[in-house]
Amino acid sequence: MEKRVTFRGWLLPLLLIAPQVIISGIFFFYPAGQAIWQSLFIPDPFGLSSRYVGLENFEFLFSDKFYRATFGTTAVFSILVTLFSMIPALFLAVIADRLIKGSGVYRTMLIWPYAVAPAVAGVLWLFMFNTRVGVVSWYLGTLGYDWNHVLNGGEAMGLVAVASAWGRISYNFLFFYAALQSVPRSVIEAAAIDGAHFWRRFFTIVLPLLSPTTFFLLVVNIVYSFFETFGVIHTITSGGPQQSTTILVYKVFSDGFVGQDLGSSSAQSVILLIVVGLLTVIQFKFIEKRVHY
Amino acid sequence: MANELQGMVEKRGAGLWLTHVFMIIGILVIFFPIWLAFVASTVTQAEIVSPPMPLVPGDQFWENYSAALFSGVNVPVSTMLFNSLIMAMGIAIGKIAISLLSAFAIVYFRFPCRTMFFWMIFLTLMLPVEVRIVPTYEVVAGFGMLNSYGGLIFPLIASATATFLFRQFFLTIPDELAEAARVDGARPMRFFWDIVIPMSRTNIAALFVILFIYGWNQYLWPLLITTDPEMNTIVMGIKQMFPSGDDVADWPVIMATSILAMIPPVIVVVSMQKLFIRGLVDSEK
Repeated sequence: MEKRVTFRGWLLPLLLIAPQVIISGIFFFYPAGQAIWQSLFIPDPFGLSSRYVGLENFEFLFSDKFYRATFGTTAVFSILVTLFSMIPALFLAVIADRLIKGSGVYRTMLIWPYAVAPAVAGVLWLFMFNTRVGVVSWYLGTLGYDWNHVLNGGEAMGLVAVASAWGRISYNFLFFYAALQSVPRSVIEAAAIDGAHFWRRFFTIVLPLLSPTTFFLLVVNIVYSFFETFGVIHTITSGGPQQSTTILVYKVFSDGFVGQDLGSSSAQSVILLIVVGLLTVIQFKFIEKRVHY
Repeated sequence: MANELQGMVEKRGAGLWLTHVFMIIGILVIFFPIWLAFVASTVTQAEIVSPPMPLVPGDQFWENYSAALFSGVNVPVSTMLFNSLIMAMGIAIGKIAISLLSAFAIVYFRFPCRTMFFWMIFLTLMLPVEVRIVPTYEVVAGFGMLNSYGGLIFPLIASATATFLFRQFFLTIPDELAEAARVDGARPMRFFWDIVIPMSRTNIAALFVILFIYGWNQYLWPLLITTDPEMNTIVMGIKQMFPSGDDVADWPVIMATSILAMIPPVIVVVSMQKLFIRGLVDSEK
């Protein structure tokens, strides 16, 4: 879409667009280009010069079983985060949708966790499950379950996934709630007259009508779990135990800043870049579809 | 008839109460971590390290919060709160300002390389800062912007979401307004200030809420570039308060800091709920 009426001149618009172009150039395009460039080199151990190696960094990465394991970890993590955040949100939205009185108050209460930073959420959940002082881990202990996410990789994964999903429930709730509110009343009533019970109405009418929202949230939550959960993982497990909670973004950080392996870290950035690109394409394809819907 | 129908669709009586009960249970479960953090911020360290800790607030509220605010662990929390405020405001205002200008240029002018710039900005949508941390760090270090507000703010405003939002909105402004402005001989910037900005007020406010929270809640970037505790933001500073090794963490002060870290964004979200929801829906479109 284009404007019919425009102003004349070319210097003014160039000046107007300049701040954004300059900032994007310096802090976005140049670093992104550097990441691609550096991924083709291996710096010498003293960091004085680097040697062109072509795609060797990538070959090395994909032959590294720790890096390949990171893909699996990321997949498990993002599936868990998506499920843990979407199912409770849908459940709460369905309940809130049935209530006329009080739903405003409930909504206010439910959007709180969205404002809590992932890193702070990590600290809160770490506190509950801390092996020494945690309340939840203590009560689990009295039930005979010995919680120790510091040693047990599965428990560590569960904990970071729940802590990451927690704040997202608010976000998903808002979208599900808005979608439920826009389901036509007449359709629901017609089904009710035909004798369909609540759950039957839910699965045959409401859920299919929610599918655009659900798909949208699916993509958005996967993107979230890939890129915005760094704070949760860093505060709770620092990627451990034995890398069992090291997701792709975390590894870029730990190889690049902790391990100082710039070539490998850059190659990982490039791989992530491709992943983001794919996710963006999926998202845009979907938005086009939603317009038709 | 209408009443009967309503009875079928909306719960009444026992069912209604059950629905409320489910809702309240759900909210309690979701609230529990925050409640526990609040309780922990009002009791003594001794009460926490001998589990189970109490589940109702104690009487150490002022002690713990003043200890956090005025002495902290590495640096007073009040300093970190101030840094976070500058960073969040800088990101929100900076991003809105540059986006309004560039969206106005793209929508209301035809100039050389317009399409190229448009796609250039569009590309920045795709790459979160987490992906390009190492080279961005090098750029910021090269400018000598480590441990500075500029270093905290600039890399995070290099993204196009806001530009797209404003572009979409400007396209809906009726052409007649620009036409009238042109006939009256108004200069473009006059049109921008007198017509476009006032009309965008709600969008600007909604976006401000979203960007403020985005900026406030940043973790990885401040972690990398603020090595000086005086420049720490509160969200990344909490982790720095944990001792390394086997020392026991000062839980009451850490939890008081966590509560302080969530108060500003929670106030923004709850008090501007309508704008927040609007901003959320708009920025994801």
